[in-house]
Amino acid sequence: MAWFKREKAPMAQAEGKRVKVPEGLWTKCVGCKETLITKELEKNLNVCPKCNHHYRISARQRLDLLLDQGSFVEFDAGMVSVDFLAFKDSKSYQERINAAVAKGGSKDAVICGEGKIEGTPVQMAVFDFSFMGGSMGSVVGEKITRVIERALEKLTPVIIVSASGGARMQESILSLMQMAKTSAALAKLREAGLPFVSILTDPTTGGVTASFAMLGDVNMAEPKALIGFAGPRVIEQTIRQKLPEGFQRAEYLLEHGMVDLIVDRKDMKGTLSRILKMLHRPA
Amino acid sequence: MAAQYLEFEKPLVELEQKIHELMEFSTDTMDLKTEVAKLEKKAEQMREDIFANLTRWQTAQVARHINRPFTLDYVSRIFTDFVELHGDRQFGDDHAIVGGLAQFEGEPVMIIGHQKGRDTKEKVYRNFGMPNPEGYRKALRLMEMAERFQIPIITFVDTPGAFPGIGAEERGQAEAIARNLREMARFKTPIIVVVTGEGGSGGALAIAVGDRVLMLEYSVYAVISPEGCAAILWSDGTKGEQAAEALKLTAKDIKDLDVIDEIVKEPVGGAHRDHDAMAKTLREALSRNLKELKTLAPEQLVEERYQKFRKMSRFVEM
Ligand SMILES: [Zn+2]
Repeated sequence: MAWFKREKAPMAQAEGKRVKVPEGLWTKCVGCKETLITKELEKNLNVCPKCNHHYRISARQRLDLLLDQGSFVEFDAGMVSVDFLAFKDSKSYQERINAAVAKGGSKDAVICGEGKIEGTPVQMAVFDFSFMGGSMGSVVGEKITRVIERALEKLTPVIIVSASGGARMQESILSLMQMAKTSAALAKLREAGLPFVSILTDPTTGGVTASFAMLGDVNMAEPKALIGFAGPRVIEQTIRQKLPEGFQRAEYLLEHGMVDLIVDRKDMKGTLSRILKMLHRPA
Repeated sequence: MAAQYLEFEKPLVELEQKIHELMEFSTDTMDLKTEVAKLEKKAEQMREDIFANLTRWQTAQVARHINRPFTLDYVSRIFTDFVELHGDRQFGDDHAIVGGLAQFEGEPVMIIGHQKGRDTKEKVYRNFGMPNPEGYRKALRLMEMAERFQIPIITFVDTPGAFPGIGAEERGQAEAIARNLREMARFKTPIIVVVTGEGGSGGALAIAVGDRVLMLEYSVYAVISPEGCAAILWSDGTKGEQAAEALKLTAKDIKDLDVIDEIVKEPVGGAHRDHDAMAKTLREALSRNLKELKTLAPEQLVEERYQKFRKMSRFVEM
């Protein structure tokens, strides 16, 4: 990627009529501090062309990226969380649900359905980190379990793209039980000989990592994604020690044997397709 | 045992001490005997009153009581011929989880449980009951062995949570927990889980997927510790009391959500007042549940276990 560095500054390379790009259409990269044209960043799948920093993307963008055009059929879109514990901190859980739903993305933190990856039918779940930090409560656990059960029924592979802060506190014990529920469904998938590819994106921590996200036949991560069980802050407070450089980043997990491979966003679909074609050979 | 008590137990503990002193002083005179009997009656009433009205936060404190029976306290009282088995065969032996074979009512069982320490030295040795990945991997190894030899598994859950450390992350804390969840779902042998003290999140669940899940009356079970929850929601770790209320973490709360099968009664005043009585009650509960599970064929056992956890959720569909 070194040749990118020799490229001219975005300002100079912009063509005539686009020279006067107003502020806001520029993005200062959090990875390399270079100034980028937002549109170009988006065109590059929200990956910095200079430093390869992978920005978080929405669940819909991820589905577009990985699935064959027009192949996606969504399931369980109408499933909504309920505040059955009347959980309240500064706001009630119900208010938080309402606010998140009102943002208009999705009704909870995961979008599920079926689609095709270069022709291979898959059951798929993609986390939406912008919905309450991608946290897993009853709805997320139920939708993911249904994805796995649908795969068992239709004999397809399962793909889960995680981006989550972990179990959702506001559903307390039932959030915790979603870890057991989803993992139990994966036990069935495994016995049925159907592949599960887990894609870990920034960030994947807590109860999601400690259940299905780490259980892939293949665990695939995006570059530099934060992946771990405990959050870095909790660890620092517990051991009163500075954390090592790159701790809990995808590269660190690869080094310690926890993920199979790190794949750039632009290569994700192709890699996924190659793996599926080898693991999944329907009779 | 060390004279340690919780703030709300203070009047009771003082009264108990007074009775103890009077009895040591003399039991010859009739006057003293009546006085002691009177005070004992009062203490009994006090025990009942205090423990009948515990707040959730107080319950969490009882669950963490330093004199509460820990796994090995139950092992010595409920089982015989315990042979502790160590190590995960990969990295080391985690002292925060103990496991091994033992006899229970004339039949072998595999015991696995978190283990806390009572004095400072043992607390450190047991890492405050917070396992590293090798603890969960030891548990898995022993459970696989149990399945192979068709031995029922009994687990004792009592942990603040899985240890959040650098080594734990490096060695795959998340993977170790996740794997246990998946594997426990399919073992073709009965699994009985008892939450005896603190059921701290994923670190607890990693040995808590079973056909029957019991909770002791004053144990707690939640997705996060009250302090951890408070630190996140109120940016203030001292608001544990509020968080405990919000998390609905008592045995009764959890039973109302159908996440556990049974609440095991504790002696009046809590398990820490009478280890023998607690063990006796628990033994009866274990015995009864095990007998029921043994009537099921292995495939049926596994399918019912799946359906049991499958049903755990609350949501609406539009
Ligand atoms: Zn950059």
